Amino acid sequence: MSAARLALLLVAVTACALLGLSAGAVSLPLGEVWQGLWHGQGSGAAIVRDLRAPRVMLAFLVGGSLGVCGAALQAMIRNPLAEPYLLGLSSGAGLGAVIAIASRAGGPWTVPLAAFLGALAAVALVYRLSVVSGRRLDPHVLLLSGVVVGAFAGALMSAVMVLSDAPGVRNAFLWLLGGFGTASWRALAVFAVYASIPLAMLLFHARSLDLIALGDEPAHHLGAEVDRIRRVVYLCTALLTAASVATCGIVGFVGLVVPHAVRTMVRPLHRSLLPLVFAVGGCFLVLADVVSRTAVRPLEIPVGVITALIGVPLFALLLRRTLA
Amino acid sequence: MILEARSISVRYRRDQPPVLESVSCQVKESELVAVVGPNGSGKTTLLRALVGLVPVERGAVLVGGRPVRDWPRRSLAQTVGVVSQQEEAVFPLKVAESVMLGRYARLGPLSAPGSADRAAVRMALERCDILALADRSVDSLSGGEWKRVRIARALAQQPRALVLDEPTDSLDVRHEMELFELVHQLVNGGLAGLVITHHLNLAARFAHRIILLDRGEVVAVGTPTEVLDQGTLSRVFQWPVAVTTWYDGSPQVVPLRAGEEPGSV
Repeated sequence: MSAARLALLLVAVTACALLGLSAGAVSLPLGEVWQGLWHGQGSGAAIVRDLRAPRVMLAFLVGGSLGVCGAALQAMIRNPLAEPYLLGLSSGAGLGAVIAIASRAGGPWTVPLAAFLGALAAVALVYRLSVVSGRRLDPHVLLLSGVVVGAFAGALMSAVMVLSDAPGVRNAFLWLLGGFGTASWRALAVFAVYASIPLAMLLFHARSLDLIALGDEPAHHLGAEVDRIRRVVYLCTALLTAASVATCGIVGFVGLVVPHAVRTMVRPLHRSLLPLVFAVGGCFLVLADVVSRTAVRPLEIPVGVITALIGVPLFALLLRRTLA
Repeated sequence: MILEARSISVRYRRDQPPVLESVSCQVKESELVAVVGPNGSGKTTLLRALVGLVPVERGAVLVGGRPVRDWPRRSLAQTVGVVSQQEEAVFPLKVAESVMLGRYARLGPLSAPGSADRAAVRMALERCDILALADRSVDSLSGGEWKRVRIARALAQQPRALVLDEPTDSLDVRHEMELFELVHQLVNGGLAGLVITHHLNLAARFAHRIILLDRGEVVAVGTPTEVLDQGTLSRVFQWPVAVTTWYDGSPQVVPLRAGEEPGSV
């Protein structure tokens, strides 16, 4: 990427961050944001430092992670429609998290773990379903299986909530609504710990993703260990999705919208694509969170609603293009 | 010997008969071997077994004298370049980027392509006569151009053997001749070549040796004159053919129409 583009990207990220810090139930002018952030002074200092700064950073990391998941899954199943939500990973992670929360086994570290197990189970089930069809890794069959597994996990989530006691239901329901309202420095730390290794792994495998996007046989001929890369992508995307879902509930379509937008800007080579997808995904979710906080102040619309409002029309557009 | 199969048998599913049964083949440097045979005779399976994509039930596959399953994938890609029958670009790259993928087996996960890599890509583009297309997106290419891009990608691997599965499938006369001439040049330059093809006549004129497969078994192997025998071909392809001789001595196969006799050609 050229220096000019890099500078532009940095400006965009900074602008999104500042907007995220100043907008909200109480809007703060930029001067106050600056004072509060660096000097801990002014009436907004507590809001900026304890509430908004971790919130913005968390939204940024989650958005970036979901975007990277989408890009990696799209390369692997060779379809621009793939993303964690549509492939059932998010719902599987959601089911794991709901079980942990409703049974009140969930501390900050165990909810992501339960979500990870749920996401892995969902991946395995989606994979099994598409094998049954005899058309292993046909992208359309995979997506269909993903939607079915998502619906199944959704049904089980309802069952778990009905069967658990009142405080459990309340906690699970609040979490299910999703969003970054409960963001804290600790939540940020937990997410960073869970997400950093899979993000690094996927970036490390960027070249392998270029190869696997050609299809299994060409990738094999060009020196890729296809089965191992497939496992890496499944594991890493399951981990990232689980960490995201445990943090802010099920937020769909980020992994669909962002890689698509970024591919119109840079070459679809993953060494440049993945970092940019991360940055743009981060900005996208920070902005979506700003909208969710400010659209009907002082209420908050769940951020997943905002991403769906943008994602579904784009899905329709992409569907038309891939089927054409 | 670069590629060698020693009486291999391959079975995709245990409850089904083998796809290949005791098939042997050898390809050495500066030699072009053509594999011919009816649809479903096991040609592509032989290719897949030779590059370690399918396991063999019996027999052995050796690459450079070493069992193919002992080769790390990256080293194998530096030794054998394969152009498979079809490939669809979902996320279209530019031609030069696409050919650079051939260098990935020689690049570290984080290192950028160096001058040697760029030189290899440039040379591969030149050999395949597509340097002018370097900045074109691969989804804007014709079938023949896309084939040549994939051959250039395989050449960028700087392999010792080049394996092509029906390379002239869907190409017109000029492009199929250009392609065979290119392969001929590369083989003259020292590469080992293995080509799967339905073009018996091109195989007869370009290949040093031909392997004729039928229902998973080798029916005949040898020089074009030895293998392209009227009786054998008529039986294997279940269609009467006549075999004539081109002025350079290579046999040329003419399928007969109903009622025609081989002697009348």
